Amino acid sequence: MRKVVIPIGPQHPALKEPESFSVTLSGERIMAFSARLGYNHRGIEKACEERTYLQDVYLIERICGICSHTHSTCFVQAVEEIAGLQVPKRALYIRSIIGELERIHSHLLWLGVAGHEVGFDTLLMYTWRDREVVMDILAELTGNRVNYGINLIGGVKRDLEKQHITDILKSVDILEERTKYYIQVCKEESTLIQRLSGVGVLSHNDALSLGAVGPTARASDVARDTRADDPYAAYDELDFKIVTDDHNDVYGRTLVRLGELMESYRLIRTAIKNLPEGLISVKAPRKIPVGEAFSRYEAPRGEDVHYVKSNGTDKPERVKVRAPTLANVQTVAKMLEDGQLADLPIVIAAIDPCFSCTDRLISVNSSKSETLGSMKWEDLRLYGIEWHRSKGMDFSAINKKLAERL
Amino acid sequence: MIRPGKMLVQVLQSLFKKSATSQYPFKKSEMPAHYRGKINFHPELCIGCKMCERDCPSNAIKIVKVGDKKFEAQFDLAKCIYCAQCVDSCIKKALESTKEFELAVLDKNKLKVTFCADVKKDTDK
Ligand code: SF4
Ligand code: SF4
Repeated sequence: MRKVVIPIGPQHPALKEPESFSVTLSGERIMAFSARLGYNHRGIEKACEERTYLQDVYLIERICGICSHTHSTCFVQAVEEIAGLQVPKRALYIRSIIGELERIHSHLLWLGVAGHEVGFDTLLMYTWRDREVVMDILAELTGNRVNYGINLIGGVKRDLEKQHITDILKSVDILEERTKYYIQVCKEESTLIQRLSGVGVLSHNDALSLGAVGPTARASDVARDTRADDPYAAYDELDFKIVTDDHNDVYGRTLVRLGELMESYRLIRTAIKNLPEGLISVKAPRKIPVGEAFSRYEAPRGEDVHYVKSNGTDKPERVKVRAPTLANVQTVAKMLEDGQLADLPIVIAAIDPCFSCTDRLISVNSSKSETLGSMKWEDLRLYGIEWHRSKGMDFSAINKKLAERL
Repeated sequence: MIRPGKMLVQVLQSLFKKSATSQYPFKKSEMPAHYRGKINFHPELCIGCKMCERDCPSNAIKIVKVGDKKFEAQFDLAKCIYCAQCVDSCIKKALESTKEFELAVLDKNKLKVTFCADVKKDTDK
């Protein structure tokens, strides 16, 4: 059968974020898949170099709208390490509690999105209704539903009060009840099991060799979780257990995330029970001494990595961010190999991608392999038109028609 | 038991329950106590140290001297990210977060807010 190459994105009604995929099809079968990043680059790393550490915490927090606490914690951990700050125990516990609440909201969101992608919108409606419980509690604790702004270099900004603790425990009880129900649904609903089983298979060895992280790796039975491998915040005292599954497919990824929800509830309860008394922050210097640090954090989507280099001033010399999606995006091509076109949305959604967090700058090399240097906007436009034409996408006829009509 | 329609019972039960969505904007939403909404400025407390201006991550606040020990604050609500860093940076507690969150307007100029120090009272004296 003749092979057809279909470009999906960067602007596509089915994509939530601008990203370009190219799928080679033979009939309905996917022969090859490739993803191209670079459509949503925001230059945050560079912008960090022009702001003070204090301002960077807020900027870094806005890398992701879902794992905002992830990025800010990962960043402050690195800065605290360079400055040699001893963060109070209570602050570390609060960071863990907020981190787990964030994971709950992210995983519930994912469950809904996954339901939507396979046409099970009932699941979307119910999980997102229940997600409001955790969003409300986060707003109460931190002052906002997303971008909590609770981290500070040297600790946290807000303390947990008695009322908060009762409210958290109450919400966790409600959510645990609901999650048990969703686990039951996912284990017994035959349509869901049949739709997700055997879809997007990533074998244990492939997961290892492609360097998958987070639930994507854990669903291929790779016991890899930063909370256990390199405990940060209060995780070394919380008796954390890694949740894995050996289904190797999208169904396994669903079960891992549901299992992690249950683990998160347990962690929050333990953290609240052992919550130490004392200060919630230590004073951090405005100027951070010369040094560099590397910090890891288990985001809901996998391991997040930050690197910070300081030069003795109040602004960092270099900040480097690697969001979990960058580690996982390569696995999608493997998962889709020989798969069906109809499985594409759910397989991409199953790594829980966050493309704007992961985006990189792409420098364009000419065929003579010398860099083009800087380009004017108009030149870039023409270059784009030419590039698409060379791929067989010529819009000049349509453009002409449109221009005539206007 | 593995069978289809697992959520059916719950869906049918929901028919007889109150809807989960709220009736906003007909019913006002109440924000939690420490919500980080629009910033309020108390000119009488400000000493013009400009720490808020220095720490603001998005250049949204400007403190201007308008008279002897009188300062006014100019806010650009479109730039403000409501992080409340200025509130934390102010040692005189001249700034505070309010619960106000309905800040969308059709006229961009309305997003520039100035909290005036009461200059008139000063000259009256
Ligand atoms: S930090 Fe407070 S006292 Fe200082 S200028 Fe700002 S509002 Fe005024
Ligand atoms: S809330 Fe944040 S962004 Fe807004 S004025 Fe204060 S410091 Fe600046």
